[in-house]
Amino acid sequence: MAALHELSLCEAAARVRRRDVSSVELTRAALARIEAVEPRVDAFLTVSRDEALAAAADVDRRVAAGEDVGALAGVPVGVKDIICTAGIRTTAGSKILERFVPSYDATVTARLKRAGAVVVGKLNCDEFAMGSSNENSAYKPARNPWSADRVPGGSSGGSGASVAALECHAALGTDTGGSIRLPAAYCGVVGLKPTYGRVSRYGVVAYASSLDQVGPLARDVTDAAMVLEAIAGHDPRDSTSSPRPVPSYLTQLEGGVRGLRLGLPREYFVEGMQPEVEAAVREAVRLLEDLGAHVEPVSLPHTEHAIATYYLIATAEASANLARYDGVRYGLRTPAKVLGEMYDTSRAAGFGAEVKRRIMLGTYALSAGYYDAYYLKAQQVRTLIRRDFEQALARCDALVTPVAPTTAFRLGEKTDDPLTMYLSDILTISVNLAGLPGLVVPCGVDKGGLPIGLQIVGRPFDESTALRIGAAYEGATDWHRRRAPL
Amino acid sequence: MSAHPDIEAVIGLEVHAELLTRAKIFCGCSAAFGGPPNTNVCPVCLGMPGVLPVLNRRVVEFAIRAGLATHCDIAERSRFARKNYFYPDLPKGYQISMYELPICIGGYLEVLVDGETRRIGLTRIHMEEDTGKNIHDAHGDASLVDFNRSGVPLLEIVSEPDMRTVEEAGAYLRTLRSIIQYLEICDGNMEEGSFRCDANVSVRPRGTAALGTKVEVKNMNSFRAVEKAIAFEIARQGEALRTGEKLRQETRLWDADREETRPMRSKEQAHDYRYFPEPDLLPLVVPRAWVDEVRRGLPELPARRRDRYVRAHGLSPYDADVLTQRKDVADYFEAMLADGAPAKEAANWIMTELLRIVREEKLDDALVIRDWPLSAAQLAKLVRLVQEGTINRNTAKGLIPRLRGTATDPAELVQAEGLGQVSDVGALEAAVADVIARHPAQVAEFRSGKDRVIGFLVGQVMKATKGKGNPQLVQEVLRKALG
Repeated sequence: MAALHELSLCEAAARVRRRDVSSVELTRAALARIEAVEPRVDAFLTVSRDEALAAAADVDRRVAAGEDVGALAGVPVGVKDIICTAGIRTTAGSKILERFVPSYDATVTARLKRAGAVVVGKLNCDEFAMGSSNENSAYKPARNPWSADRVPGGSSGGSGASVAALECHAALGTDTGGSIRLPAAYCGVVGLKPTYGRVSRYGVVAYASSLDQVGPLARDVTDAAMVLEAIAGHDPRDSTSSPRPVPSYLTQLEGGVRGLRLGLPREYFVEGMQPEVEAAVREAVRLLEDLGAHVEPVSLPHTEHAIATYYLIATAEASANLARYDGVRYGLRTPAKVLGEMYDTSRAAGFGAEVKRRIMLGTYALSAGYYDAYYLKAQQVRTLIRRDFEQALARCDALVTPVAPTTAFRLGEKTDDPLTMYLSDILTISVNLAGLPGLVVPCGVDKGGLPIGLQIVGRPFDESTALRIGAAYEGATDWHRRRAPL
Repeated sequence: MSAHPDIEAVIGLEVHAELLTRAKIFCGCSAAFGGPPNTNVCPVCLGMPGVLPVLNRRVVEFAIRAGLATHCDIAERSRFARKNYFYPDLPKGYQISMYELPICIGGYLEVLVDGETRRIGLTRIHMEEDTGKNIHDAHGDASLVDFNRSGVPLLEIVSEPDMRTVEEAGAYLRTLRSIIQYLEICDGNMEEGSFRCDANVSVRPRGTAALGTKVEVKNMNSFRAVEKAIAFEIARQGEALRTGEKLRQETRLWDADREETRPMRSKEQAHDYRYFPEPDLLPLVVPRAWVDEVRRGLPELPARRRDRYVRAHGLSPYDADVLTQRKDVADYFEAMLADGAPAKEAANWIMTELLRIVREEKLDDALVIRDWPLSAAQLAKLVRLVQEGTINRNTAKGLIPRLRGTATDPAELVQAEGLGQVSDVGALEAAVADVIARHPAQVAEFRSGKDRVIGFLVGQVMKATKGKGNPQLVQEVLRKALG
């Protein structure tokens, strides 16, 4: 019989509800696992042991009283440290928020709790979610559970690593240009970036407001669907959240792919792609065909402009979003004699190199005389990219693509070359610009045993179809059952 | 300093009006003025990490009201934008404002200057959030920040550069304040900063069309200050124009103590605000039906009321203007008419008696005066009692303080205290005979042709009747007796 920390979220919640196991037992098992493997993984920035055990005990009391404790009944989960948790430090991976303890929960945190989940801690990430390897964390790089010298991907590296390392049963990440999907692919877990507007951003430390979305990282598609169902839906505190009703994702997982039309974007098999990645993805597509899907080539002709577009829009928004970290009301303040000096030294000491780089880039893109050539032009190209997807998805129910050109790279391999690092997101970034849902499921390993992911891109607000395709693929393969050698 | 006749000023005004909504523009905190520091705050208006703005519908409604009242087009689609700059009172490091797509575009105001109506164009009206307030010198070396005002809704109302004189600028500002007070969207208090005005001033040789170098003047906190600052700038710039000194495009601050403007920052030092569309808010869509609904709810505005008073009640344009500057005063006037007071008499009593007390006691600090010295019904009754000859004017004036805070019918008070004027000729004849006997010198003067001495003699009779004599009758009886 599997150890408690090995159970899927779905199975663990069912057992809590059946009173086969208590939430406190599950939580203790997760905390023990964290203690055992964390020195090797570095997935957590804060472990909220006492709060977690108290929350678990509360769930157990309510189960004993016969109350409905929610779909995620007493199951330990992790939350990316860019998502606010009332009473628990939230650093966004930055020194500037090292001692920041929010007085409020993000809407997604509150919804997780309402669904019965137990938050065991805050997960490592690139500072303000800016990065593709988690090496921009101001505290420590998280490491890939499959190989200690490899990155887990970023920016939600701690989320991917903690799920792959079985430290929690699922985790929340955020995805602005691939930050859920890349760690999911590199760590061999399932990750879902929902449609922009499907999940509230209230209480999520903003990086790029028109691109950021919260989503689950989980051990299988079912668990991801459960978490999404718990956190999705309109939030009166987020004007950009959609009022569309949330479907029951869990009940729509069955049904297979027979008759579905899947598009294979020709621009997504890029020059220099690791051959094993391309082979694994093509093999996965063949399997989906075998399962009854129609696969056809499609074109997304503006793909080549996605990275440039993203690095103008995201950095422009970030330059404004990060202005509030000024040392006045909260966060790091360095002693200074005059106001200007206080701003300069606090921000110089509090922000890391990549964050500063993006603030400068974004400030420049919005400056008088450059706005039209950069920010405005980028918005126009964004419209073209969105139209590419609209056209492709008018004919297809979903698109299937690789997630990244390679498997997890080595720690330090790209830190000296930001542009090479930016290219890690080349296959995920367009999906954010188009605001679409993107699901990643494990679909193979390279010869070093490192996981490879398959990306399934759906129509707006059609997470159901992407999840159904993922579930069908998962049903026919065992990749998601492989465990990292810890 | 005064302007040279060969020089013409070009003036445009930017007004910030703090709106009287209960809640702030992007969160549920109270927008009330004057609470203890940092009590009307929440994570949203403090700019904490991760929080998001949600637009207060009422603010949009107020903006539509202002736009319709000033003949603007209400944009079906408008958009908020971020205005980026660092300052401790600005918690997010940007102000949510509107930039390329404001909600109201292209209206005008009609203002009365020297009895003539002038039309002043409006460029735009947009919504934005107010900042907090820095407090210096209260805590040693440190400055403190009060965020109660952070997120209080503002309308920025921008005029075209259509004004040419200080008087026009003053009239525009007063008319605008009157309108927003009629709309009950802003209390219009310049001293408390709920109605703020910056002026753009330039000068040019009269008869030329090209605009001179523009100077923006800030920091005026009264109508007088706005007028003085503009007058100062016109004189300063006019002098420069005459002497050929080059003017700088800059922002200047009005120093109320020294009554002068001084440089704050030059064009080169001006901020680049790096405006871009606010991604946390959807584009604002205002359906026609909403605009129509707001239009139906608009009150009759001052200009229209003023015209009606001249036309229908025969008031002078000046009197009509005084009565209509405040909606509550105009309403009071109309309530007196409804109670049977003749229009001209009602207007006189309001302007000479009622408004004097209102100003002395600063009752007009309130957006809507509720604590009137006496009700419109009471004043109407007083006016009628005078008209009917029951009491004389002075008796009526003397009754005003006694009616204060009561629901007493003035007629009952007059009757109970025997204040009715003496109109009995027999009673007056005795008093007249007595006065003639006591003042032979004045009587002789009158008889020798000094008619104005009659005033003195009437006064003596009034005194003898304890002020209750009917003055017209007294004079009649006197003249007859002296005849």
